[in-house]
Amino acid sequence: MADATTTARSVVANPRATLQDLLPKIVLAPSFAVILIFVYGFIAFTAVLSFSGSKLLPDFSTWVGFGNYVRLFNHPNWMVALKNLAIFSILYIVICSVIGLALAIFLDQKIRGEGVLRPIYLYPMALSFIVTGVAWKWFLDPGIGLEHVMQSIGWESFSFRWIKDGKMAIYTIVIAAVWQSSGFVMAMFLAGLRGVDNEIIKAAQIDGASTFVIYRRIIIPLMRPVFLSAFVVLAHLAIKSYDLVVAMTDGGPGTATWTPALFMQKFTFGRNEMGMGAASAIIMMMMIFAIIVPYLYSELGGKKQ
Amino acid sequence: MSAPSQDVATRNGVFVRALVYVLLILFAVYYLLPLYVMVVNSLKPLDEIRQGNMLALPQQWTIAPWLSAWSTAQIGVSPTGLKPYFLNSVLMVVPAVAISTVLGALNGYVLTKWRFKGDNIVFGMMLLACFIPFQIVLIPSARILGLLGLAGTVPGLVLIHAIYGLGFTTLFFRNYYEAFPTELVKAAQIDGASFFQIFRRILLPSSGPIIVVTVIWQFTNIWNDFLFGSSFSSVDSIPITVALNNLVNSSTGVKEYNVHFAGAILAALPTLIVYIVSGRYFVRGLMAGAVKG
Repeated sequence: MADATTTARSVVANPRATLQDLLPKIVLAPSFAVILIFVYGFIAFTAVLSFSGSKLLPDFSTWVGFGNYVRLFNHPNWMVALKNLAIFSILYIVICSVIGLALAIFLDQKIRGEGVLRPIYLYPMALSFIVTGVAWKWFLDPGIGLEHVMQSIGWESFSFRWIKDGKMAIYTIVIAAVWQSSGFVMAMFLAGLRGVDNEIIKAAQIDGASTFVIYRRIIIPLMRPVFLSAFVVLAHLAIKSYDLVVAMTDGGPGTATWTPALFMQKFTFGRNEMGMGAASAIIMMMMIFAIIVPYLYSELGGKKQ
Repeated sequence: MSAPSQDVATRNGVFVRALVYVLLILFAVYYLLPLYVMVVNSLKPLDEIRQGNMLALPQQWTIAPWLSAWSTAQIGVSPTGLKPYFLNSVLMVVPAVAISTVLGALNGYVLTKWRFKGDNIVFGMMLLACFIPFQIVLIPSARILGLLGLAGTVPGLVLIHAIYGLGFTTLFFRNYYEAFPTELVKAAQIDGASFFQIFRRILLPSSGPIIVVTVIWQFTNIWNDFLFGSSFSSVDSIPITVALNNLVNSSTGVKEYNVHFAGAILAALPTLIVYIVSGRYFVRGLMAGAVKG
């Protein structure tokens, strides 16, 4: 309030003050303009493209209505990509959450050496998905990796060739992705556990509740916001998953490990189907926004009070 | 700090505690295994990997794969090793991190201390920009870079990374400055301090932690980026992640696993070092990026 009146007075008094008043907006404007163009303008551009018959280059003279979307959902590769996304995201989210929560609860038992263990669980998060992909690609490779190791130490019949098997290859990507992200989920849960009110637990103990019951009935239900955050982060990472797939299988064997992100890239830049590529990007964005927008809305809305 | 957990813990039996330790250590082995495999096999001759056991220590230690990965390995059409691409990444990361961090700090300052009508909408739009799948901007970005004459150049990648990092940097600083006492800013205003004076003298001196968090976050994300790097680079501007992928997935010649592993570690080294040196801030960045608003 006081601010508003002083500003009003100084505007009249002094032209330099006018500049000072505008300065905050002048400073913010370039960033906002750039976001408007490079994010929202570009989304609009891609949306328009998705209704055009663009092939190698953007082409705004032929229009196909929803034709690209119809072709997309009739294309076997897109359906494979969607099925893979479903398998991948469900397993990725569930396994990361289970491992993350379990590790956090274990670490929260006044563990000696927590300071050593925690960074070990978390370091994969610092790596590029390409590095993770290289490590797991060769470790799971039947020729030199796990299978070879087991056989060379005498377990002749051991077989593990999922990465070469069209039906199983997507699961090897789950293995690598869980390895990369589960430590991060652990850190989120650990922060949540450390924030639980001491008094509630004391009261439950006085009532004679066992450790197991305290976790199941009191602490884990209190972790609901953490589950939600973890879900949002992991789901949006899963929909974007691209690098790891490229590094591990590049979509193979055949098209067995295509994901929507891979589909977009291959169709737009590999097969000169820019219209369909744009349509697939729009579908990806809608999936992410369906998860993120309600979440951000509730987070920001909740903060205002 | 974790008194409640201690209370719970003391009620556990010795057996349960032993089990917890065993599980924790098994998980540590699981997380360390790929790193161990990479390190050990990057120090072996190729024959030893093919015939031997990937989990065994080298019988004959060698740093030849490292030298090859750094300076002579065949990447694409030229036998340059990863060195030039590593330099490309450095040239791309440093300005992109600097620009996005400075702008993020100023944006956060304006959005919290110089509030205006509609500032929440502006912030909301910048926040949502953090989460878009970048596939949706690839086609028009390629066009714009072409129009600006920046297609396939390092400055082009700097521009793209700086822009798409703005959402996160603004988010970090905005949340940090929100907790900063506005009274101090108001008092300085009354004393006649200007917009930039207030920022430089009052906010900046206490912004150390959030600057570190933001720089680490941006550095890690941009260094590790693959999508933009593979879409917008040409021979002279390929970043290290793309070069590593080209090295490993080239279809010609003998697969030199030891060189691949050495290359992977080289590509991971800068972010790993940052993580080891400042893990605390790294984790804070992750959390800030996850728990929004």
